[in-house]
Amino acid sequence: MISILLIAIAALFFTGIINKVKAKIGGRKMPSVFQPVYDLIRLFKKGAVYSNTTSIIFKIAPSVYLASVFTAMLFIPIGNLHSLLSFHGDFVFFTYLLGIGKFMMIIAAMDTGSGFEGMGANREALYSLLVEPAFFILAGSVALFTNNISFQELFLHLHMSSNLSIIIGIAAIYVLMYIAIVENSRLPVDDPKTHLELTMVHEVMVLDNSGFDLALIHLASWFKFSIYGAIISNFLIQVQWPVYVQILSFFFIQAVFAFTIGILESFRARNKMEKNPQWIIMLSAIAIVVFLTALIITNKIILH
Amino acid sequence: MDLLFFKITIVLIVALFVLPQRIQYFWSLLLHTAILGITSFWAIESLFFYSGSLILPFFPFWGNTISLVIDPLSAFFLLVVNFTAFMGILYAKGYLKPYYETKNRSETAFHFFNFLGLHLSMLLVVMLRDAVAFLIAWELMSISSFFLVIFESEKKETLRTGIRYLIQMHIGVVLLMVAFILAFVGSGAAFSFDGLSMYFAAHNPFWLFLLFFIGFGIKAGFIPLHSWLPHAHPAAPSHVSGTMSGVMIKMGIYGILRVLTTIHHDLFGIGLFILIISLVSGLIGISLAIVQHDVKKILAYSSIENIGIIGIGIGLGVIGLAMNIPVLAVLGFAGGILHILNHSLFKSLLFFTAGNVYRQTHTRNIEQLGGLIKKMPKTALFFLLGAMAISGLPPFNGFISEFLIYSGMFKSLQSGGLMTDIVILFSFSGLAIIGGLAVFCFTKVFSIVFLGNPRSSKTENASEVENPMLIPDYLISAFIIFIGFAPALFMKPLAEIVHLFTGNTDFIFQIVPTLNKISLSSGIFIAVIVIFWMLRNWQQKRQKVEQSATWGCGYSGANPAIHQYTATSYAENFRQLSAKIVNVKKDFELFEETEIFPGERTFETRSSDIFEDQIITKPSGKLLSLFEKIAVLQTGKIQHYLLYALVFLLAISVFALLNWI
Repeated sequence: MISILLIAIAALFFTGIINKVKAKIGGRKMPSVFQPVYDLIRLFKKGAVYSNTTSIIFKIAPSVYLASVFTAMLFIPIGNLHSLLSFHGDFVFFTYLLGIGKFMMIIAAMDTGSGFEGMGANREALYSLLVEPAFFILAGSVALFTNNISFQELFLHLHMSSNLSIIIGIAAIYVLMYIAIVENSRLPVDDPKTHLELTMVHEVMVLDNSGFDLALIHLASWFKFSIYGAIISNFLIQVQWPVYVQILSFFFIQAVFAFTIGILESFRARNKMEKNPQWIIMLSAIAIVVFLTALIITNKIILH
Repeated sequence: MDLLFFKITIVLIVALFVLPQRIQYFWSLLLHTAILGITSFWAIESLFFYSGSLILPFFPFWGNTISLVIDPLSAFFLLVVNFTAFMGILYAKGYLKPYYETKNRSETAFHFFNFLGLHLSMLLVVMLRDAVAFLIAWELMSISSFFLVIFESEKKETLRTGIRYLIQMHIGVVLLMVAFILAFVGSGAAFSFDGLSMYFAAHNPFWLFLLFFIGFGIKAGFIPLHSWLPHAHPAAPSHVSGTMSGVMIKMGIYGILRVLTTIHHDLFGIGLFILIISLVSGLIGISLAIVQHDVKKILAYSSIENIGIIGIGIGLGVIGLAMNIPVLAVLGFAGGILHILNHSLFKSLLFFTAGNVYRQTHTRNIEQLGGLIKKMPKTALFFLLGAMAISGLPPFNGFISEFLIYSGMFKSLQSGGLMTDIVILFSFSGLAIIGGLAVFCFTKVFSIVFLGNPRSSKTENASEVENPMLIPDYLISAFIIFIGFAPALFMKPLAEIVHLFTGNTDFIFQIVPTLNKISLSSGIFIAVIVIFWMLRNWQQKRQKVEQSATWGCGYSGANPAIHQYTATSYAENFRQLSAKIVNVKKDFELFEETEIFPGERTFETRSSDIFEDQIITKPSGKLLSLFEKIAVLQTGKIQHYLLYALVFLLAISVFALLNWI
């Protein structure tokens, strides 16, 4: 139960930190770390404008999207702090649950009958299908490595002891970080601050959302970031640490993660649109390296 | 069962032809209900109350008694066939109504006759063990479905498709016959499924299995044996395509499963073979589905994909048996078999709703549709439900079967060897990509058909279909949601079926707590949606909510239909990635430099199936041209034919003289 709270709190600060870093590097005055929260509160108080073309799908999609992310959050433990829900193979459910949110957002974008949003929708559909295997291969490698198949047990039994397991740790964190970036449509896959609809992915999908619905969508993407941050932090937090150290290091890792994304977004240009698929498939390739390493550690591949 | 009983059934079915057109439907509905009642009773008795198989003597044949044998596998298929066929006939009432004006009494009678024939022959296929009787039932199934496909035979294309289907089915049946005969000659055991085990025990099972696999695989639609499927489903009326795609293609799976029950050694090669073919079918099937424009063709290709998923489950199950990893074997088979039921549900739902759209708009080309959710809201929601279920998303049934396969894979990673682990790595990556592609495909279909603005005038007069036509949709949807939320209830009968393959089925019962937690999580998910939705409505009551045009950079005057994404453009980025597989061709004429006032131009894209081109069209084209060359001999002059006869006689006598024959 506490883990949900922690993830939610981290989510509130996440975008604020990214924006702060980006402003500092960009030579602008730094906004308050709470600025996104103020924006969100404002959105929650606003009315909404709906396109005449839209139907019930467009109206219900943000609620389903946030619900899917929120429910997915219930599966994530933090160190010793157990998750609310846990069962064998929960990461499959986790991925497919996020899938249902994406499904709704894609058809909601198509519901507006706008060419722009169709563009965003089909890009999102393609990217999320390409990134899915990477997550599964990673989960499979860790399952193979620890012989456990739920988030909870995976992380409890994940000991970075031998030299090879450090490879797994580093590569897994790298892949997870970029999965988070693809899932949240950040640089280098998508530039959230771009001004041209034609080059957007996620932003263009939500062009027509406003008010409460838009707030739900923003909240969902914060949660998503924080969920992946929590998964990454689980690779680093050791269960034998005292609980308060675990909590502190959780926030520290989330902050470093946000900081890294801020730096990445300041210095990196967006990929060319047609290069994106290749770039995303690369994540699966790295994940396969993790899998092979796990095979070596479990003595299935014997090196001479 | 008494033969007399069977004869009475036949007479009652034939009575269709003398009944007036209006009563025919109800008469056939009555017969379907009767058949459903009796066989479902047997099936339930066998599956739930009777351990072992139920044997009912059917009729004497050359001194033997041919029996109907109902073991759990048959019982499962009986129930699936009965449900889907019954939904089909319920749906047919509304769907066929417009055809009563163009079709005469005997034509509709013949249609109902064949639908009954299809239902009955599928039931016989899963109950008969004797090879001759089985093949006769199999043949009846092919023929009756052929006549159902060519219902609109006044269209030339439909007739061509039907004949193509019939020919391919016969290639399949010949292979099956050869396989049975080979087994019979090789072992001398009974000429039936039961006799196969003796052959397989004594020989390397792979080659004979391969023969069976091709024979049954043509029916099931594994790539590259699938080329009839994307043509026959669009040509057939929707209740027929729903039934064919929902259950008839599963008869191929049944055959493969039945043969697998008789093989007990050297299973690894067989498992790997099934797995690879299934992964290919899944990936290529759904990729081809994405680039189609015909809604029923999309559904047909997606059937190939789902056959692939079923095959992945079965293939992993067989590998699990071969490598002695019980958890993989049990959960692989369980997932594959449950997916048979699941696919029969959501695919028939999708075909029926696609049929509703076709009936109201008279087009299957999705590029001409759009915005139908406003005119046909119920159909749209049913289609959405089916689309989500088929994409394997929770909390619907498609997720449950895929989850079983996934957990089998992840649980056996540790205990498996290097080879198994690599196989599993490819399988779960493949399954994940297939899932993602299914989302891509079905978001496309749903949003192009039902969302946005109408793309042509065809949708203008569309309205929701009459309520009776939606009855099967309600029933199927209820079932889909039920499996999605209470999968644990289905595990006991599933274990009975899986027991035939693996013996020990503890792992199915071990997964029940997990499934209960999935149900709980799904419940939480739905509850959270409801909470957010209510909060949203509460907030919006207090605020100003306006209606306006979609954001279009300030250009709102243009025709909104033109500014939308089309199905082709939605698939474009995927097409670029998979250009080699999907093989899309564009037909257009370039503007010439000298054209100062260019005239009207058209642009068309179509995808051709490379497997069909390379395996069916090209060789058969070559064969045809060869025959045409030989046809020079056919001059039509009696003198020439006499000459041929003379040459033949001379040749024979020369051979005889030389003692060559």
